[in-house]
Formats: sequence, structure tokens, C-alpha cells
Amino acid sequence: MLTLENLSKHFGGVHAVDGVSLTIHEGEIFGLIGPNGSGKSTTVNLITGLYAPTTGTVTLDGYDLTAMAQHERTAMGVARTFQNIRLFGNLTVAQNLWVAQNGHEQRRAHFLPRWFKAGGEHSPDIDELLKFSRLHSKRDLPASALSFGEMRRLEMARALASNPRVLLLDEPAAGASLEDGQLLAERIRDVRDRGVTVLLIEHMMELVMGISDRIAVLNFGRKIAEGSPAEVQANSDVRAAYLGSKHKDEELIHA
Amino acid sequence: MDFYFGLAQIIGVHTLLGLSAYVVLLTGQVSMAQAGFYAIGAYTPGAMTAMFGLHILPAIVIAGLVSAGIACIVGFPALRVKGLMLVVATLAFGEMVRLFFFNLTWQVERNGELVGPNGAEGFRAIRYFPQNGWEVWHVTVFIWIVVAVVMAALWWMDRSRAGAVLRAVGHDEIAAQSIGLNLTAVKVGAMTAGGFIAGLGGGIYAHTVTHIEHGVFGVLLATFAIAYPILGGLGTVFGTLIAVLFIQGFLIEGLRFMGDWRSLLFGALIVLAMNLRPTGLLGEHAPRMKHLLGLRGRKTETLESKEAN
Repeated sequence: MLTLENLSKHFGGVHAVDGVSLTIHEGEIFGLIGPNGSGKSTTVNLITGLYAPTTGTVTLDGYDLTAMAQHERTAMGVARTFQNIRLFGNLTVAQNLWVAQNGHEQRRAHFLPRWFKAGGEHSPDIDELLKFSRLHSKRDLPASALSFGEMRRLEMARALASNPRVLLLDEPAAGASLEDGQLLAERIRDVRDRGVTVLLIEHMMELVMGISDRIAVLNFGRKIAEGSPAEVQANSDVRAAYLGSKHKDEELIHA
Repeated sequence: MDFYFGLAQIIGVHTLLGLSAYVVLLTGQVSMAQAGFYAIGAYTPGAMTAMFGLHILPAIVIAGLVSAGIACIVGFPALRVKGLMLVVATLAFGEMVRLFFFNLTWQVERNGELVGPNGAEGFRAIRYFPQNGWEVWHVTVFIWIVVAVVMAALWWMDRSRAGAVLRAVGHDEIAAQSIGLNLTAVKVGAMTAGGFIAGLGGGIYAHTVTHIEHGVFGVLLATFAIAYPILGGLGTVFGTLIAVLFIQGFLIEGLRFMGDWRSLLFGALIVLAMNLRPTGLLGEHAPRMKHLLGLRGRKTETLESKEAN
């Protein structure tokens, strides 16, 4: 469904992402992991259009997104969250979802009611998302008044408000405890059960290994492995990337 | 009495000027071009009524539309730059407009005399109101009806999705793009709306003073335009109105007895106000009706949580 083909991004001499090809299937939870600086976040930024790729293409259901602006990609069904939460702190919780209703579903509305109908933050769609995110009691508070965990939930709800086909989660467990991570795993499954394909970028191994259908591993901007969690865990290149080459040396010695 | 009517007229047109900057500021853009749009709005309907005998209402609407059109065209290149660069770019545009009118001479003969912009001398005899028997209080009421209509429209917009979208863009452009908002369309749209309001204000201004000249539309006026909404706070349109009342009514007219010391106090009071209320007199969050009506519980909760951050 979402296909990256030979995708590269070079910042001067730094090859942040270098010839990555991936195919993410409809309805799966796809984990993208790698050590710090391996190009995971850059990959997300290439998919959402925050960066223009040096080479390669991004396609969604056969539509080429590569030349599209960010808002056009959102309309096609790509949504994301950020590693460092980016909410609209000057708006209320409900308004944060309201402004995000820009996806293909909402585009059918006519211009005037879409933009100038007052009080639309009380729509059934928004109520449903607030309940889904357990934020219903906070709907009229400014987003800046939420706790850290609530902010993360609101950001995910905001991404869902655009009716995405694929949701990119950029380190959703950053700053969360292990228990929070387990709750998060349930939430990500709930999102998948709504019919949204999930691309999960994460450091917390328990989380990624536990819920991903398939995983790809990046190192220095290149894809070094792809497969089921068990396959990836068993891959010697992956172990070398995470544990350092010393591990590989030991293996050689023992062999 | 005429003095108070005159003051009310000044406050009215300056409120329009401030509201034009308010719309643009909501998207996080500091535009110094509002005085330029105000100037375009002043010269255009002045020409319409004095030179071609048009009625005042279509004249100021055309003034708004012309200013809006130019604001839209200026918006595309200007909004590609951010922060200080945008201030410089819009300031340059404002000066361009002023110098254009400084050099513009275009006079036609009407009822035996020459009327029209005459370069450095300005545009004299925009006498629509006296010629048509409008008394001072008629004009004042007319101005405040326009102000009320514009404020009601913006108040409505603030409660609609459009208002939330402007504020979202003003808060975080990267997040706004990620949820599918077209930044260019939002910013240029705000600029166009601001241009329309500035044009209305300028159009009315030209008729109340009957004589306009380029010097009025300089940097000082542009600074006032953005000072009103910033001082009043971006939470609601009433912030701008209160700031105009405060600056024009109290600081400029109310303190006239202090003579030259007034300008010193003027600066000091603005510094003081910005220190005591850094987000403006009325703050940056739009107050909800129920808060204004006295349901205080939630309001204190909101304030506490604001302080906690």
C-alpha cells in the first residue's frame, strides 16, 4: 500500500537515508527501528513531505506522492505524530481535532460550512475520537494544560482526525514508562483495528517486537534487515548494529 | 461635543486598522504593510467620491476590495519569508505605497475645480460628507456601524473553524502542515482579509479628514496598527478595541494636559502594560461566553494550568 522505492536524502555529505526500499501492506503494523541517527525520523519526514528526497519515490496505492506538498499528502491519507509533541497549545483539546479535519472524507464539505460554521468542534466525529482517546472530560481545556501522556494521546487523536489511511508514529513511547508502553501497544492495536495502517518508529524494543507484524531495521541510512520480529531478532547484522561490532568479533572468534 | 465625536471617529477608524493587523497576527505574521493597505483604501474611494461622484458605500467597499486584491498579490511573495525578514519585506511594501502616492498626480476637473491626488501636496477636498449634508454625528454613527459589522464578522470567524485554523498556523507551522493545512492559502487568506479591513478603514478615514497626504501613512501608523492587537491581546477582537481606546482615548487625548511629557509617559505605560500583561490586556486565549457570564470555576483552573506551564 505505502511503497518507498530507492529513497535517499543527503544533507551535504551526510547520507541520512540511502537507497531505502520498503513496502507496507494495508492493515499491518510495521515497525521501523534502528540505532540513533540511523535515518528513521528522516524517513518519516520524507514520507510526509517535510523534506524533499534526493532520489527515489513514495507511492500510496499507486499514487506518486513524491512531488506533492504536505497538505496534499494528508488529503491522500498520510498522517503523523511527532517525536517531540507538537500540539496547538493555544487551542482547546476539541479544537485541536477540529482543525485537523482535512482528510479525503472531510473534503466533500462545501467551502462556507467547512470553514465558517461556528461551534463545529462539538461534532459526533470529534466526540467519538475524544472518547477513543479518553480525553472527553478535557475537551474544553487548552491543550497546553494537559499532562504529558494526555498530550501524546491528543496528538495521536489529532492525526486520526484527518481520516488517514496510514499513520506514522514517530517514537510514541519516548518519555513513557514500561507500563505506559503496554497501554500504548493496546492503543496502537486499536488504531489498526479502526482500519488504519500503522508505521511505528520506536526505540522501545519490547513495544516494537510485541506488536509489529513486520519490522525493518535501518543503520546509517540503509536497510539492513526486514522480516517478522523473530527473524529480525535473529539477524546477525542487526545484532551487530545494536550491540556493536565487538559482538561480531566474538562470534568470529567462537566460530 | 464635536471634539468627542471627532475622537470617536478616530477611535473607530483606528479600530479597523488594528483589526486588519489582528487577522494577520493570528497566523503569527507581523505585517508592517497594514498602513500601506490603509493608504490604498484612503486614496481609492477618495478618488471614487470626489473625482467621479460615487456614493460612499460602494466607494468604501471598492476600497476594501482593491486593498484586499493588492494584499493577496503581496501576500504570496511576502509570506514566503518569516519573522524579522517578513517585517522588513512588509515595511518595504508600505514605504513603496507611501512613495507611490507621494509621486502620484492625477487630477480631474469637477464643478469648476481640480480634484485628485496632487503629489506631495496630497489629496484635498474629499468632501463627500459635508456636500451631502452629513452632520458630524451621522458620520460617527456610520463609522461605528461599520466597526460593529467588522467586529461581529471577526467574532464569528473566531468561533468558526477558520479562526481555529489561523491560530493553529500561528502556533506551530510544522504541525499545521502535518495535519493537512495549506500554509500558503491560510496566510494569504488572512492577509487578504486584513487588506480588506484596512481598506475599509482607510476609505472612511479619508472622508472624515477630507484631506489626505502621504506622510500620514508612514512607519508610525504601521507600528500603531500592530501595536493595537498585540497590546490588547490576540484572544478576542475586543482586545484590539480596548487597546485603541486606551492608546487613542487615554494616552493621546486624555493626557494632552501634560504637554510634551505625554510622549514619555506614553512609552512608559506601554512598557508597563506589556510587563504586567505579556500576552496583551485581554490575554491570548479566547474567553468563552460562560466565563464572561461568571462561571468562574473553570476559568481559575485554566489560569492555574497556564501558570504551571
